[in-house]
Amino acid sequence: MALMSDTLHAEGLTLRYGERTIVEDLDVSIPEGRITAVLGANACGKSTLLRGLAGLLPPSAGCVRLGDVDIRALAPKTLARRLGFLPQAVTAPVGVSVAELVARGRYPHQRLLQQWSPEDADAVNAALRATGVTALRDRRLDELSGGQRQRAWIAMLLAQQTPVMLLDEPTTYLDVAHQLEVLELCRRLNRDEGRTVVLVLHDLDQACRYADHLVVMRQGRILAEGAPAGVMTRELVADAFGLRALIHEHPVTGTPMIVPLESLASVDESRGDRPGGAPAGEEVRA
Amino acid sequence: MDALVTGVSATRPPGGRRVLAIGRACVVVRPRTVAVTALLVGVAALAGAVALSVGSLPVPLLDVPRALVGAGDDPAAIRAVQAVRLPRVLSAIGAGAALGVSGAIFQSLARNALGSPDVIGFTTGAATGALVQIVLFGAQPTQVGLGTIVGGVVTAGVVLILARRGGGVSGPRLVLVGIGVGAIAAAVNGLLLVRGTIDASSQANLWLSGSLDARQWGHALPVLIGVVVVVPLVLLLSRRASLLEFGDDVAAQLGVRVERTRLALVACAVVLAALATAAVGPIAFVALAAPQLVRRLVRADAPPVVGAAAMGAALLVVADLASQLLPVTFAVPVGRMTGVVGGIYLLWLLMPSRGSVEGKGWR
Repeated sequence: MALMSDTLHAEGLTLRYGERTIVEDLDVSIPEGRITAVLGANACGKSTLLRGLAGLLPPSAGCVRLGDVDIRALAPKTLARRLGFLPQAVTAPVGVSVAELVARGRYPHQRLLQQWSPEDADAVNAALRATGVTALRDRRLDELSGGQRQRAWIAMLLAQQTPVMLLDEPTTYLDVAHQLEVLELCRRLNRDEGRTVVLVLHDLDQACRYADHLVVMRQGRILAEGAPAGVMTRELVADAFGLRALIHEHPVTGTPMIVPLESLASVDESRGDRPGGAPAGEEVRA
Repeated sequence: MDALVTGVSATRPPGGRRVLAIGRACVVVRPRTVAVTALLVGVAALAGAVALSVGSLPVPLLDVPRALVGAGDDPAAIRAVQAVRLPRVLSAIGAGAALGVSGAIFQSLARNALGSPDVIGFTTGAATGALVQIVLFGAQPTQVGLGTIVGGVVTAGVVLILARRGGGVSGPRLVLVGIGVGAIAAAVNGLLLVRGTIDASSQANLWLSGSLDARQWGHALPVLIGVVVVVPLVLLLSRRASLLEFGDDVAAQLGVRVERTRLALVACAVVLAALATAAVGPIAFVALAAPQLVRRLVRADAPPVVGAAAMGAALLVVADLASQLLPVTFAVPVGRMTGVVGGIYLLWLLMPSRGSVEGKGWR
């Protein structure tokens, strides 16, 4: 693993659902060993980009590379040992326990006649521990709170032991304390284990606070990318979200903090893009 | 809290499973699943043995094994057991197992308790194939069997093409499209029955009621061979099938080739359902209920392949035995009997409070 570079790039990436082009001719590079947050208004193509980076949506043009290799050239299980993806709004079959879910993350490491190894057990236990759900291991997933369930899903992704982890809106549907808990977990995984983490987030303050690198999208293209302090400006918030806002400094962390003033869509109806702030879960999906 | 989970329980795979090491290979087994399956096989075997002994020429249960191998004093008993009753029992076992596995696959793929070949039109479409042969061509059992398989495969193709959207098949959509296509097939079946001659129509009606009467080796062998060949394939796919239950994206990101796996599973399920229908006619309820019942017994988090086969076989053999033991006035073809029981079960599934139509709580 150490020999291979795990930098994830997209080159000229175009992603379509049927005839609809969602992401067009996009170049992006995900810095290795960092936390990257993907931001943008609803339906700007964030989730689609993440699915494309995870290899779940074949590009209509361009390619996604992990290190130097086009991910389409990798066998699915090989890719699944290097790159993990947690989709938005996942559901498990009724009755599955936390440990059973987390053990599913070991599938790429198992073979038909090599179905369970001590490493599998270690990885599952470590993942349960890291996400703080060890005590819940035999509880049914459908009996847990939203926050606990989300941590169990992240544990599944952890058990997969991939150097790169992509998470689509891992904090949506969680209350603010559980949101911070998930983000702290991502930070720990990044700091302690050197994992590359990519998050789609809606909360700009949280993104600035937890991410090392921001990728801001609008209408399937990248509007800006870079460190939060440099990227997060009033102009960018206006462009990306149609929002007039003030940018302050976070009193504790010193990262940019956004004070929303008004939606520009109500000021200027002729703008083409949609304002942010609507409920999540409206991303275009197949 | 970690200290509580110590020793073996933390090294075993979850869900009450054990690792079985054979040489360098290690496979995961679930003792509870194995025990339930063994029990069901026992029930099927016992009911099968009883079915071999009863009839117009009763053979004592203890003489059945000897009659089976052709070693007995009574040639008539040997003939009754070997040539008349054995094909019937084996047809029931083969068709029951095939229907059970077929139902388990479709319910898993659809993530819905209603995703079973008799609900989503495959059995009805297979019957259309058979009726075309019987009514229009006055065909023999072998050709009827072929017609059944063609009818089932064509119906499956139509349902799957219509249920596809954006490259994937969603569970509720599969069920709804299947019910619609099944309704059309049922209408065609009705039309064929009216158009046919009286002889052909009554023969077709008999076939439609799903019966194990007068089964011959020509009925039993294809479905038995099908089960022996296809069920191991399904077993090979079952780990991937259990990942598909977590959603296409989750399965794909774990390294499952989603579309390929689903297509292979559907092919296996359609072949099994069609072979079963070719052997015994349209038998309701078994494919719908066997996987559900066995899932409740084994309480596993994965589709119960062998368990559903054993449960299906046991259900059909017992149902056939019951239909033979009932007084003549109540005796009905086994397909009609399972139909009545299945109708009640279906109503219970559809009860609003259960919410299973939405795919929630489908276990």
